[in-house]
Amino acid sequence: MKAIVIGSGRVGSAVALQLQGSGWDVTVCDENEDALGRLGEGWTGGFVVGHGMDLQVLREAGIEEADAVVVTTDGDNTNLVIAQVAQKMFEVPTVIVRILDPARAQFYASRGLRIVCPTSSAIETLVGAVREAETV
Amino acid sequence: MYVLIAGGGKVGTNLTRSLLQAGHEVTLIEQKPYRFDKLEAEFEHQVIRGDATEIFVLERAGIRRPPDLLVAATGDDEDNIIICQLAREKFGVGNVIARINDPRNQPYFDLLGVSPTVSATGAILALIEHEVPEHGLIHLLELRKENLEIVEVTIDDHANAKGKRVGSLRLPEGARLISVVRDGNAEIPDDSTQLQPGDQVLAILEPGKEDELRRVLLKD
Repeated sequence: MKAIVIGSGRVGSAVALQLQGSGWDVTVCDENEDALGRLGEGWTGGFVVGHGMDLQVLREAGIEEADAVVVTTDGDNTNLVIAQVAQKMFEVPTVIVRILDPARAQFYASRGLRIVCPTSSAIETLVGAVREAETV
Repeated sequence: MYVLIAGGGKVGTNLTRSLLQAGHEVTLIEQKPYRFDKLEAEFEHQVIRGDATEIFVLERAGIRRPPDLLVAATGDDEDNIIICQLAREKFGVGNVIARINDPRNQPYFDLLGVSPTVSATGAILALIEHEVPEHGLIHLLELRKENLEIVEVTIDDHANAKGKRVGSLRLPEGARLISVVRDGNAEIPDDSTQLQPGDQVLAILEPGKEDELRRVLLKD
């Protein structure tokens, strides 16, 4: 199975490493060559330097044959556009995207994108942790 | 008319000024503090500070009224796409216009149904192409929705189509010659029209078939 991870920050690089560990053929894209460092010296997967909005970069990363695309750059709007391109232009079966703003996350989730919103998860966890005190 | 403009750079600012002068109601959204201060000095309450891709900022700017028109004129194409999608699909704004900064992003605007679009770079490139036709074929008009375009070709002494009748040309599938301008007069060609050097021919065709058309009309 082939996966592409776009944006190799803390989250993207860890996702790439774990997927590779469980047998996936993973290619990582990042604008910054230094991001390769996050994958460690033992990285044997693909790495393409370039912006995820660049069709040539996406094709070079193998998006046409990808089973899954994970979009985790540091820009919400960039992520939303890349995810929609992967879904609509390349018809990738599984597209999952990280969005920090809960409002945009909710709207695009309602339009059929698979979204992970760490901000919402953090809020939920924090509120939940405090609420536990109510029953004590 | 009530117009919401996202992005207070040169495009957004001049647009705001012109629309206000024409008597329209405008709200301009600008994120950067140093730009906002200058804009506020000129436009007062008609400019608000914030990130126009944030839903609460759009709401504060009055997107729920909704505006008759939203213009996404930021310097960031991803932002312009998201602003237009939110405006149309979440808030039901009927008309949006998006600025394209990098013409390579045009396919994304098309794919996501964000139109019409305006690209200064694209417009200048089209003018350059018109002045200096690179391969003898000038793009005049693109009908994106219909997936058609209109191009102009000038038949010269070495053109393959010189002296041939239109009916005998093996035009690409779906392509038609729609007009021949000869000595300043435009005619609608039929199969018997014979092409002559100096003829300016307008053709309608699907984008991507330009090379095929060029081979038939001009050179191999």
